[in-house]
Amino acid sequence: MLEIRNLHVQIEDKKILNGLNLTVHDGEVAAIMGPNGSGKSTLSYVIAGKDDYEVLDGEILLNGENLLDMEPDARAAAGVFLAFQYPLEIPGVATMTFLKAALNAQRKARGDDELSTPDFMKRVRAGAERLHIPQDMLKRALNVGFSGGEKKRMEILQMALLEPTFCILDETDSGLDIDALKIAADGVNALRDPKRSFLVITHYQRLLNYIVPDTVHVMSSGQVVKSGGKELALELEANGYADYRSQAA
Amino acid sequence: MPAVQETVEQVRSIDVDQYKYGFITDIEMDKAPKGLNEDIVRFISAKKGDPAWMTEWRLDAYRRWLTMQEPTWARVEYPKIDFNDLYYYAAPKKKEGPKSLDEIDPAILETYKKLGIPLREQEMLAGVQNTRVAVDAVFDSVSVVTTFKDELKKAGVIFCSISEAIREHPELVRQYLGTVVPVTDNFYATLNSAVFTDGSFVYVPPGVRCPMELSTYFRINEKDTGQFERTLIIADKGSYVSYLEGCTAPQRDENQLHAAVVELIALDDAEIKYSTVQNWYPGDAQGKGGVYNFVTKRGDCRGANSKISWTQVETGSAITWKYPSCILRGDNSRGEFYSIAVSNGYQQVDSGTKMIHLGKNTSSRIISKGISAGRSQNTYRGLVSAHRKATGARNFTNCDSLLIGDQCGAHTVPYIESKNASAIFEHEATTSKISEDQLFYCLQRGLSAEEATALIVNGFVKDVLQQLPMEFAVEAQKLISISLEGSVG
Repeated sequence: MLEIRNLHVQIEDKKILNGLNLTVHDGEVAAIMGPNGSGKSTLSYVIAGKDDYEVLDGEILLNGENLLDMEPDARAAAGVFLAFQYPLEIPGVATMTFLKAALNAQRKARGDDELSTPDFMKRVRAGAERLHIPQDMLKRALNVGFSGGEKKRMEILQMALLEPTFCILDETDSGLDIDALKIAADGVNALRDPKRSFLVITHYQRLLNYIVPDTVHVMSSGQVVKSGGKELALELEANGYADYRSQAA
Repeated sequence: MPAVQETVEQVRSIDVDQYKYGFITDIEMDKAPKGLNEDIVRFISAKKGDPAWMTEWRLDAYRRWLTMQEPTWARVEYPKIDFNDLYYYAAPKKKEGPKSLDEIDPAILETYKKLGIPLREQEMLAGVQNTRVAVDAVFDSVSVVTTFKDELKKAGVIFCSISEAIREHPELVRQYLGTVVPVTDNFYATLNSAVFTDGSFVYVPPGVRCPMELSTYFRINEKDTGQFERTLIIADKGSYVSYLEGCTAPQRDENQLHAAVVELIALDDAEIKYSTVQNWYPGDAQGKGGVYNFVTKRGDCRGANSKISWTQVETGSAITWKYPSCILRGDNSRGEFYSIAVSNGYQQVDSGTKMIHLGKNTSSRIISKGISAGRSQNTYRGLVSAHRKATGARNFTNCDSLLIGDQCGAHTVPYIESKNASAIFEHEATTSKISEDQLFYCLQRGLSAEEATALIVNGFVKDVLQQLPMEFAVEAQKLISISLEGSVG
């Protein structure tokens, strides 16, 4: 279970999050929606532990542990996964090599043995097939020259492989055509599990047709201003964010 | 046939032992007073058992050196060196040597541990006095060395110290020494010509493919040769040799100034591959006490269709001044330079290559990867030139620099001169920085900051590592990661 309490965050003296509260239960898929600049991406980066953000107050507890006390790699080992809106390129490093290094680093941090190469290959292949990722892509340098859709699918593959307990999808739908969106959503749905929860950040309701959320939270000016069931997303789609903009201001 | 790691280590240990036994016989005599004059040059020459012509050669170099100036064009800064305050010939074992590993910079010991070097060998590398070497290991090693020497002998390859070659093979040495790097080439090369104390000599006869990689590990001679080393490698017509120089473990050395000269000569259809891993003491965290490395390395593709390939991984030394070059004299000859230069702390690297195209249809390729971290400065300096008769000369240059942190510098200074209209020279250069975003991405996947940096850096240098012999490449990769530790986070 993830609990965020009274989170205040600023970047370069600009306040982004203003006392945000949010709880995501195990097995829950929570959608975060909200206008540009409401602090959605900041929230995802702060949970994952990006350096540039200054946490002024509050706590983020994952199964009772305060993530704010941990380095980003320790948070990853504790089960946090962030599917990036813009995945980074790592020139010269084969995707397969990267995946293996990441997986084994996390296993090591958790005190598990390294995975044998055949076991590792088997898992990667199975995951790649489900996401329609061709084998030769795994030999190419990570994300270098990948199309937008390929990058997003690669994020989902990493998520499948690393088996996190708390997954953040930061605008995974941006830049995807409808077919690519379906493939990515199928990949995510296959990972739904009573022990795994998701925070799905998106501008549009469209993604939520494929990844159906249990709860929807609306963010504005760095706070969650409204929470509800999946029907809230449809309401937003129809009426826009105008109501919430004024409410927070 | 690459030497297996075990063999390498065994032979390394006998090297120590030879050294140990070597000076039991003549202990305190091997010392010349500080400073340099004609008498010191004569003393060194006598100590080496040089024939008269060699003594004259050295003296001639010394006299010319007196008239020369230290080069100042490189982008390196260091306090003025007092050449009369140095020892030019000293016994291998010195009184000032550390008594035990307790006296060694803990950072170095940490590195030894990471490279998995056994304690005994750590002592040897650190120059600890009275290093003990297990006797059984020696006996084993003797047989290894003998087998090794036998195999080379069968092939007709001469591989010995340069001093031995001067005595035993004077005709070859006289014919080739100083023909690639002339006595008057530059201040440091001239100094080296006067006072060099040892180094390697290799001669591969016509048509012979040297049956194994030659390595300094296997050279059985005096240990303390580091300061003014002289290496001469000749590949006769149609022959091939691969030579490995250096060691991935950081070597402590009493001598702050190093000025080596390496000359390679490839005759018709011959090929020489020369790989270096240099990891001398870079100085402490404040940048004090590191080795100054002023090296002149040059290969002469003297024959048609000959090929010389330099591969270097430079991680050590406080100052590196080094430009392994190729003179492409023979028609259709080819020169290659693959380099990884890593600098951290206060290290200064000014390194690169010269490709001098003289013959027809000559080609060259330069792949240089500079990585700067800490407060270091890393400069690539290269010259590609085509003589007016060098019809059809081709060069491809790729210089990439990677910056880690925001207090280091990367500089690229390429010189291109073409006097022949048919020459085609290509130059590509990039400078990039390991971005915070890239690092964060890797951390988010569970990699530590150091693992992430190592992964990104290895991706960056991959093209060059592939050029190294297999077991060297693995060690070099580890070494690069270690050199950059502490440069992030």
